[in-house]
Amino acid sequence: MDIVVDNLSHRYGQTDVLDGITFELKGGEIVCIIGPSGCGKSTLLRFIGGLEQPTSGRILIAGSPPAGSLNPLTYIFQDFALLPWRTVEGNVSLVLEDHGIKGGKADAIIDDVLRRTKLSDFRKALPRQLSGGMKQRVAIARALSVNPAVMLMDEPLSALDSQTRELLLDDLIELWTRERFSACYVTHNLAEAVRLGHKIIVLSRRPGRIRQIVRIDMPLDERAGRIAELETTQRHLWNLMREEARAADMELSDVA
Amino acid sequence: MSLETANTLHATTTSQEDVVAPPDARPVPFRGGGFKVRKYRLISPLVFIVLISLWEIGSRTGFISSIALPAPSEAFRAFQDLVRTGMLWTHLEASLYRLSVGWIFGSALGVAVGLTIGLFSLARAGMLPIVSALFPIPKIALLPLFIVWFGIGEGSKVATILFGTFFPTVIATYGGVDNVDRNLIRMGQSFGLSWFSIVRKIIIPGALPAILSGFRISASIAIVLLVAAEMIGAQYGIGAYILMAGALFATDQLIAGVAMLSILGLTVSWLIGKAEQYFLNWRT
Repeated sequence: MDIVVDNLSHRYGQTDVLDGITFELKGGEIVCIIGPSGCGKSTLLRFIGGLEQPTSGRILIAGSPPAGSLNPLTYIFQDFALLPWRTVEGNVSLVLEDHGIKGGKADAIIDDVLRRTKLSDFRKALPRQLSGGMKQRVAIARALSVNPAVMLMDEPLSALDSQTRELLLDDLIELWTRERFSACYVTHNLAEAVRLGHKIIVLSRRPGRIRQIVRIDMPLDERAGRIAELETTQRHLWNLMREEARAADMELSDVA
Repeated sequence: MSLETANTLHATTTSQEDVVAPPDARPVPFRGGGFKVRKYRLISPLVFIVLISLWEIGSRTGFISSIALPAPSEAFRAFQDLVRTGMLWTHLEASLYRLSVGWIFGSALGVAVGLTIGLFSLARAGMLPIVSALFPIPKIALLPLFIVWFGIGEGSKVATILFGTFFPTVIATYGGVDNVDRNLIRMGQSFGLSWFSIVRKIIIPGALPAILSGFRISASIAIVLLVAAEMIGAQYGIGAYILMAGALFATDQLIAGVAMLSILGLTVSWLIGKAEQYFLNWRT
């Protein structure tokens, strides 16, 4: 299943947020969106997930989602968005219940996704007992349980400390190597972008426009070992962003 | 780590550093500590015992005149009289009936209206001004009206308590709904949960802490209103007993009645504390 973002623009009242965004997300591909804070990255992701509507432009879905996909466009949030009153398995079953999946069938799915995210021992734990990294793994397990066609990841590692981030990044790469999911990955962290992105879209400061689209052909599972070769790409991205980031830092923010 | 690998790292490594403290070295002065709530389990009963003993001693020595304040032992004797004559149960039964019916219906309606206000903008625009206008009215002032509307019997007494508990519950509930993490609702929507599922599985559990603390307040208000409601046309009830004692200046009975209300309040707040422990065990 592919997603096409076609000439998308958006304004909040008087402020232009996004302007003329056009790109394509192919099946099995990870597209990273980077840009200075307040450039509308997260807003763009909410449009793709259908949680908000843009002022103009279209978002198109081409092809059909894989058989058995309960929720083709599935989010992973920066703050995990776990229900604090539900256990790990309860949080996963939450998104299955509405599809009428209960009892043994739900148990089988929960077993499977918790095993894939290495959480099998924590089935009955409450979110408050888990570390940040584990919480995000629960959120990833929840996303996997609905068999998504595209994962929409909104800075999924930004709320974690840098060591946990590194561990989870490895987990994500391993997961992708196994399952070849496609994802739209919003981040402000350039290192994450060059480690995960097949395609990196650099947005400019508000109003967000596409400054450049960078493709990286190196296979994801080789990138950790060949990080020195990616250094040039990362520096190139930083050069693109530096001025924008500085100017964005000086702006008063009145738009979320 | 061996020296060879260390060299390829362009860095030197060691696992231990030799440090010699300079002669004028001294420990960093400790400035932390304090500002921490510690648990003293025995203090609160002790404070009660000491206060009541001082009061008793003051009464016995004549320092506190028995007209101004009866001794605790006299109040206790009045209480024993109640138990012996069996009137305690008659009074308690009448009061508990009014309290529970008024509080349960007031809270249930309050939660329902609060959720409606929290969930529907139209209801909020239409009902919130009415709730805000009626909330500050002392329900005691409306008692004569309630008697006209609901009769001099149980109706007006239950209605006073019902109205008194309804408004704080409405306000606590819609405040709780407003405070539910918007991101959790967005999460529910992003997984395609139905509106009803989002309300039942995300909004109501998320508002529950606020609803329960609203119950704590409305239960105290119910006890306050009980005495007011039993002012007119009540033969039995703790409030009626207190008012009767007050009219006769039987201060020992008055204190006994007030102490019963206080114990009733403590019991209710203990029960709500238990409910919080049970329902909100997911909180840190």
